[in-house]
Amino acid sequence: MVAYLIRRLINAVLTLLVVTLVTFGIFFMVPKLTGSDPALLYIGKTADKVAVEGIREKMGLNDPILVQYGKFLKGIVAGRDYANGPDVTHCAAPCLGYSFRTEQEVTPLLMDDLPVTFSLAIGAAILWLIGGVTAGVISALRKGSIPDRAVMFIALAGVSLPIYFTGLLSKQIFVNWLGWLPEGNYVPFLESPSEWFVQMLLPWVTLAFLFAATYARLTRANMLETLGEDYIRTARAKGLGERTVIGKHALRSGLTPIVTIFGLDLGALLGGALLTETVFNLRGLGYQAYQAIKGNDLPVILGVTLIAAFFIVAANLIVDLVYSAIDPRVRLG
Amino acid sequence: MSRPFLEVKDLNVRFETDDGIVQAVTDSSFSLEAGKTLGIVGESGSGKSVTSLALLGLHRTRSNAKVTGEIWLDDQELVSASDADVRGLRGGKMSMIFQDPLSAMHPYFTVGSQIVEAYRVHHPSVNKKVARERAIDMLARVGIPQPARRFNDYAHQFSGGMRQRAMIAMALVNDPKLLIADEPTTALDVTVQAQILDLIRDLQEEFGSAVIMITHDLGVVAELADEVLVMYGGKVIEKGPAIDLFQRPQHPYTWGLLGSMPRLDREVRDRLTPVKGSPPSLINLPSGCAFHPRCPYAGRNGDRSFTDVPVLTGGAHSVACHLPAEERDRLFKEEVAPNL
Repeated sequence: MVAYLIRRLINAVLTLLVVTLVTFGIFFMVPKLTGSDPALLYIGKTADKVAVEGIREKMGLNDPILVQYGKFLKGIVAGRDYANGPDVTHCAAPCLGYSFRTEQEVTPLLMDDLPVTFSLAIGAAILWLIGGVTAGVISALRKGSIPDRAVMFIALAGVSLPIYFTGLLSKQIFVNWLGWLPEGNYVPFLESPSEWFVQMLLPWVTLAFLFAATYARLTRANMLETLGEDYIRTARAKGLGERTVIGKHALRSGLTPIVTIFGLDLGALLGGALLTETVFNLRGLGYQAYQAIKGNDLPVILGVTLIAAFFIVAANLIVDLVYSAIDPRVRLG
Repeated sequence: MSRPFLEVKDLNVRFETDDGIVQAVTDSSFSLEAGKTLGIVGESGSGKSVTSLALLGLHRTRSNAKVTGEIWLDDQELVSASDADVRGLRGGKMSMIFQDPLSAMHPYFTVGSQIVEAYRVHHPSVNKKVARERAIDMLARVGIPQPARRFNDYAHQFSGGMRQRAMIAMALVNDPKLLIADEPTTALDVTVQAQILDLIRDLQEEFGSAVIMITHDLGVVAELADEVLVMYGGKVIEKGPAIDLFQRPQHPYTWGLLGSMPRLDREVRDRLTPVKGSPPSLINLPSGCAFHPRCPYAGRNGDRSFTDVPVLTGGAHSVACHLPAEERDRLFKEEVAPNL
């Protein structure tokens, strides 16, 4: 178990290393291909030659690419100093460089966005897990009935309608026409939990709708498969009531595969829900990524990518560990 | 005259499917005394498993199933009984061993906890500790070594034979008066098969249960059964005492089953004689005698087998066949028996 965990952790670190290599490669290649100069992106096109050369020296842009990559890695692990003679700027670990646009350090910039993204992802996850699974179970137990057909129809709509459609539509209806919810403006939880909740409600529901649709379909399929299993017949043959047969025996195996998907979905969302955040004007990682892409802000793009990759790798690891705990047939090793 | 311990009268089971009505069991009647063993033989789709599930009332959860007729167990009628009443008997007074114990046991619960659950649903006042002891005791009774340790194992950690033993322990935990074994040895190695059959026989003697042994293996029936029921296309086509049925089988289909049984005392170069053709569709049964398309003797007696459904003759050993009794005796003696 311990050996397995160590191996998985090493694997996770290696995966992240590959991600840094690829993203850094892109970071390095893009200016080359587009003919733009990173130094100019930092300092502005109107700067004089001396200033440009100074920034180039300070940011290490004159170093060979491998040295640059090494310094980048060192920055993440131990922090780094950007120096041009006596002009030294310290960037604390994990250092992801400086934004082209705002000239701020990337790490604190992204850390400020995390609460927004976490609020959105976790809140929506709770909603879609409860909603999707409940709808899927009901659908499976009443297969072919009107509720089943209704759930499957709504689920089909859910998976086919993009966020920018459902999001903008719901915003139009609930904010502009009905006026039930205020115009979007994120309020931190610690500032006012109730306002935070009201502000997040629409983004949660919109994002959850998309995922709940998938979960309802998945749960329904899993439950139907499980209900046809021999061991469900055995449970009935033992004289157990339907409530125990469904609630204990069928749900236990019908819902186990959901754990995997849920972990991975949540992990991916923690790296930012670009469309939802943009539609609802939530300044999270996704919104930051959107702005960075628009503004060609490579260090920020790199940072968001790394954080997203980190969450996905971590979610993967957690899912595998959890799965081995809930499925006795899976053995770690 | 009192009723036999188990009496099934005119049992019909049909399923409504998208393809049409599946008449899985038609007018099936039989009975079984306490402590005796009934073997039900037939090919896949002959209605033997559907019959056993009907006894346990397990078709009730399928909305497309319709069961009619009478099932009397210990003077209680089950077809018309309430769901709750039948559930109270399921796993208690009557229980079942299934074909493939790996898929018949829940993969996520320990074997022990599944036995405990079976015990406690019929003994709600018993606390967990007592139920656990009972389960361990049952595991020991069916010959599982180190039962207290194996209690905490999952089904996939058992070998095939041990798994079936555990399944039997679960079926017997409430001292059932009727034990239905649906092909209990099909999924097992030959050497283990014999052990399991011995175990069932021993436990039957110990518990005094009536046993219904469902199988397509006549060897199993010959070894265990007091009475035999041969089913074809959802109907009982021959039934009688086991000894009599093996010595003087009456129905051409039974002859076919006997002919397709491998025997050690036969020359290896002699091929087995399978029953030609395939089992009939239960949605669209052949007219007349359902066996006529595969019967080598059909048509010998005018054309009745193509048009008329044969009825079971009365008596201890009865058969549903249009051939006259003397003709059947002669055919069996002269044409069939020498090749068996």
